[in-house]
Order: sequence, then C-alpha cells, then structure tokens
Amino acid sequence: MTRELERLGLPTVIFSAIPAIPLAFGAPRIMAAKAIRHPLGDPGLPRDRERRLRRAMVEAALGVLQAPCDRPTLFPITS
Amino acid sequence: MGRIRMVHYLNQFFAGVGGEKHADLPPAIRLGPVGPGLPLQEALKGEGEIVATVYCGDDCVNANGDEVIRAILELVARHRPNVVVAGPAFASGRYGVACGAVAQAVEARLGIPALTAMSPDNPAVELYRRLVPIIPTESSPATMKEIVVAMARLALKRGRGEPLGSPEEDCYIPRGIRKNVVEARPAAERVVELLLAKLQGEPYRTEIPFPQVELLTPAVPLADVRIATIALVTSGGVVPKGNPDRIEARRASRWSRFSIADLDDLTAEDFECVHGGFDHDLVAEDPDRALPVDALRELEREGKVGRLYEYCYATVGAGAPIDRARRFGREIGEELLAAGVQAVILTAT
Repeated sequence: MTRELERLGLPTVIFSAIPAIPLAFGAPRIMAAKAIRHPLGDPGLPRDRERRLRRAMVEAALGVLQAPCDRPTLFPITS
Repeated sequence: MGRIRMVHYLNQFFAGVGGEKHADLPPAIRLGPVGPGLPLQEALKGEGEIVATVYCGDDCVNANGDEVIRAILELVARHRPNVVVAGPAFASGRYGVACGAVAQAVEARLGIPALTAMSPDNPAVELYRRLVPIIPTESSPATMKEIVVAMARLALKRGRGEPLGSPEEDCYIPRGIRKNVVEARPAAERVVELLLAKLQGEPYRTEIPFPQVELLTPAVPLADVRIATIALVTSGGVVPKGNPDRIEARRASRWSRFSIADLDDLTAEDFECVHGGFDHDLVAEDPDRALPVDALRELEREGKVGRLYEYCYATVGAGAPIDRARRFGREIGEELLAAGVQAVILTAT
C-alpha cells in the first residue's frame, strides 16, 4: 500500500515491527515500530511515558516526511 | 481430429476499419482471417483455420461492458470454434482490456478455450492473467511474426482439448496460481542440493522465486510539515466498534474509512481491532497504539503539523495478496489526493 501511496506522490512513513519486510518490498520511508502487539506504544511503561514515547515516534516520522529519500531506508527514531 | 476451428478477435484498428475515430465501432464479423489473422493463419500450418474474425471498437467494448460482450459472444458462438484467440494487443490498454474481457467471457460463458497476447506491462495483464492465458509480446507490433507462432501453438493445443501446461511450456505470463505437486524427494534434500549448486557456482533453479520489486522513485518530501495535512492509514485493523464496514480478519477484500473529526484519542469503547494475524489485546486496550490519533492531535494543537486529516483508513494486512494491497493503496491514495492530503503515516503490525 505504501508504495502505491508514494507512487501517487504522497510521501508516506510506514511504521513496521519487522522492518526487513518493507525494506525487501521497497517501501521508501520506513521506521521501526516498537513491537507487533503494540506498534506505537509500550504497555510496560506508565501511561504518560507511553504517550510521550508515541509522540516522539510520530514527531520523528514528521521529520522523515520532510527529509530527502531516494531508496528504501530505515530511518532512526531520533528527536 | 480435423482442422481446429478458430475465431479471432480484433479491434477496429487491426481489423483495418480505422483508428481512434472508429473506436466506437459496434461488434462486427467477417469470414476468414483479417489483418494479423493472416500471419496467424499461416502459423497454424494447416492444422487449424480461422473460420471467422470478430472485431469491435475498443471504446465500444470498454464503455458498454456486458451488453457488447454478449453481442460478441453471440457472433463467436455462431461459428462453433474449438478455440478463440484475441489480439495481440501489445501495449494498448483499451485493446488489452477488450481482449482480456472477450477471452475470459468466451471461456466462462461459452466453455470454449481462449487465449490472448499483449505486452507484459499492459494494464490488462494484472486484471486478466489469472483468468485467461496471456502470451507476452514486445511493446511494438514489429514482432508480430514471432508472436503468432506462440499464439498458434497454444491455440492448437487448447483447441484439441489438451489442458493448459505450465507458463514455461506454453509461453504465457505466469498466472500466480499455485498448484500442489508431490515431489519424489523431501524438501530438505532438494533445498540442500540447490544450496550446494549455488555455492559451487553451478546452475540452480529456485522453487519459489522471490517477488521482483521494481525501483520506485519516492514521492517528493514535504516542504514544511507544519502547514501540511497528514492522514493516518493502518493495516492493523483498527476500526470503529462493530466493524461497520465489515473488514475481514484475514485476506481483507476492502478497506474502511472512518471519521476521527472531534476525537483527541481512540478509546477501547469506540474502537476495536479486527486483525486476525496477531494477538491484538494490547491494541484493543488502547487503539492509539496502532493508530496514533492522540499523538498527532497533540502535535496538531502545538502547530508541529498543519492538520490531521479527519478520516482514517484501515484494513487488515493478514494474508493480503500483493495485488489487492496495491489496489487498496491506489484507491486510498486517490481519495487522499482528492481531499488535499499531502502525506501519510501508515502503521503496520
């Protein structure tokens, strides 16, 4: 789906718990999700820390949407 | 068995009627071979004959659907062929679709074997390759002579009532249909043999080819995310409670669009996860874990992102055939573009 969105001109960040898969299938902008069962979250953290983690991941994705990208890339989650 | 009777289907151009101006030509018929039917007839080498050529304008077929197909089938059936051949359509999209549609209808509704030929990147290939055998051609009509040989060969085979062989034997585009066969040797032996051959630089043939991924030029990055409209899409199966769009737990046949217009986050009361491929208790507990509406809403309020689009899109990624996933991406993407969305965050599980 990601490739088709990109093909239509919509830069798309895909969060995947198994980045090797979108990398192999050629999605350009990939970020690692936390885990399959909680892609953007962590039930081991207290509520508010989990929300901050999620926000940090999404904010990083916003940065990636502005960054140059010419091939399938796993972008780190840095603030 | 006597000579195989063949009916050939062509469009208005290859039938010699005219070009674009005649694309709305209604179905018509002529006895014997016409245009590319002549080299095709020659390639049959007396073992078969084109008893009639049915032709129709590409726009007529594409615009009028079943009504025209039925008229074409009626013309075809009149000549009681053993096999029907459509095209070759080469790179022409409308002609390719017409050929695919005619060939498929002949097989399904007349019970007569049919085949067609076109360029492998013809958009009709994705639509029809699973339904009828499509012989690949080059994009331009210059190689007609070679193609008719392949078409004739398969047409005679099918006209005689022989079953369709593998794509390699019968020279057609793989249909993606997996046929179970029992091998004499266990997989462990076969794979070690393949590996040894590969390591020793000897020829080997993989039993499961890795899907070819063609190079994609990524979309141009956003100039300024602070004024951009972003949409959330997920294959994680987060949908409104009750799953109103009835998204299936596996092999989803569709996607769901739902509004998050006044929501600051997703709650377990109003949303659920219907994905059948992973244990979704934690996502059910807090659906933002798969569809981060809360985070995006916060960032939107702070001006870190221009706007969170009011609709989310969801489907289930479990067991999704690639071509279906592609179709979802295209359909969702077209809606997003029409709505002025500029970028997407997609969550997978």
